[in-house]
Amino acid sequence: MSNLNKLNSVLIKKALKLDCGKEISNFPLAYETYGNLNENKDNAILIFHALTGDQYASGINPVTNKEGWWNYAVGPGKPFDTDKFFIICANVIGGCMGSYGPGSIDPLTNKPLGTNFPVITINDMVNAQYNLLDHFKIEKLFAVAGGSMGGMQVLQFVSNFPNKAKVALPIACTASHSAQNIAFNELGRQAIMSDSNWKEGLYNEKLTNPDKGLAVARMAAHITYLSKQGLQEKFGRNLQERSDLKFGFDADFQIESYLRYQGSVFVDRFDANSYLYITRAMDYFDLTKQFGGNLSKAFKNTKTKFFIISFTSDWLYPTSENKDIVIALNAIGADVGFVEIKTDKGHDSFLLNVPDFLSTIKNYLNTTYSNINERRI
Amino acid sequence: MKEEFKVISKFIEEKSRVLDVGCGDGILMEFLSKNKVVDIRGLEISKEKVKKCLSKGLAVIEGDAENDLKQFPDLSFDYVILSQTLQAFMSPEKVIENLLRVGKKVIVTIPNFGHWRVRLDLLFKGEMPVTKNLPYQWYDTPNLHMCTILDFYNFCNNRGINIFKTISLNGQTISDITRSNLKYKNLISELGIFLLEK
Repeated sequence: MSNLNKLNSVLIKKALKLDCGKEISNFPLAYETYGNLNENKDNAILIFHALTGDQYASGINPVTNKEGWWNYAVGPGKPFDTDKFFIICANVIGGCMGSYGPGSIDPLTNKPLGTNFPVITINDMVNAQYNLLDHFKIEKLFAVAGGSMGGMQVLQFVSNFPNKAKVALPIACTASHSAQNIAFNELGRQAIMSDSNWKEGLYNEKLTNPDKGLAVARMAAHITYLSKQGLQEKFGRNLQERSDLKFGFDADFQIESYLRYQGSVFVDRFDANSYLYITRAMDYFDLTKQFGGNLSKAFKNTKTKFFIISFTSDWLYPTSENKDIVIALNAIGADVGFVEIKTDKGHDSFLLNVPDFLSTIKNYLNTTYSNINERRI
Repeated sequence: MKEEFKVISKFIEEKSRVLDVGCGDGILMEFLSKNKVVDIRGLEISKEKVKKCLSKGLAVIEGDAENDLKQFPDLSFDYVILSQTLQAFMSPEKVIENLLRVGKKVIVTIPNFGHWRVRLDLLFKGEMPVTKNLPYQWYDTPNLHMCTILDFYNFCNNRGINIFKTISLNGQTISDITRSNLKYKNLISELGIFLLEK
């Protein structure tokens, strides 16, 4: 990741008090923008990325040379239409694409922070990114949007700043990370920490990398992003470049080969310590608890228009958990729309080409943007 | 614009909060938000229709009235509308109860099974009636609990539900239903529109 110094980045000078009690200041927040901010500055959308995402939502990621993670949704003529909207996406703190994270150099020791990086929360991530409004001198965003952990950030953003976004699109997420979610994250963390190359998080200075552990973490997580039906249809029991079982432990099945590949490409672009920190932040996320067990209170007084989307085959952040958010919003009479999109693509649906999902968002954003503008006139 | 929606629109006062239960494609919601200053929400069971509504920027949630009305607090809407869907519920009685809990006023439209054409069909043909407003065969109908205007009138009276106003719709013709013309209107109306309060 030698290109990291070429990234757009803003140095946040203002002190940020973290949930863990520590305070950080003068830290970098790497971001990317797409489209143009209009004269009224009313067309900005802040997109929050998920666990392994980054600021490159669209186009070609200059570090990995691969397509942006939300290419189906962000771009010219796409749902988040960059001909019309100004899209901002930042790398979360704790991440590894230029924002302040465990890979950042500790000025006191001149070494990477590793596990000396403070434990951060979704709340901390959102508070850090809020500084981007000042940076771009935007009074109010048109929308905040994101799927999975990005959706959690959407919820936290509206809760923290009830008057700063006209529209909120939390997609395939939850207001409170479930025991099952925590369990899968713990599995991933244990895989990393059990790798002897992890070196208590100091692998950077020891010039090693816990690639095997991180790859296993990714493989396990990847299964949770897909549905049983989707896996069955795509791979079934198909064999990988062989006509018979080999009676060994090589990848006989296509699904094995696929997962191994997913694991191997992941370690080239993601940092193991970031994986630990970000999964921890997700596990700590419990917006309901932040408001004394009453999720509705998180959104008290909000004028934001919500559009919540879940997917039928998403068992990681199932419809029921998305609906809990809808229920909490209805309890306080908030403006909320909700639909469950039918698809067999599992939790990953929000990242994939799911036409129903993409077209509904596109129409919703376009209509809502013009409705809001008409009302102003 | 459907005559029915014009009648409903007249019932609704400016600046009120409205919930359209079974809002379909959101045509009534659009009509109301264009013609009145209202804050309107919708509930719809069909994914396809919900997507259409959301594409129009309407605040509609996917759900069904028998399970999802309970999330709305008591008297959280000035008006709750139920247009021609009462007959499709497993337990219409519970739905009406919930509508009256959620809304200060409730507008219910029913396709009238007491219309003379329906009665004649059954009398002369001896077959279950299939009409413009009731286009289904007996075996594929979503309508589990058909009733007449008179039935619904009695239903409300027996439960102490206040009927503020009842309107008869027959084609383009709109008229008032009163206690004295009830039996006649029950014969000639295709739709009955009731404005209720607990």
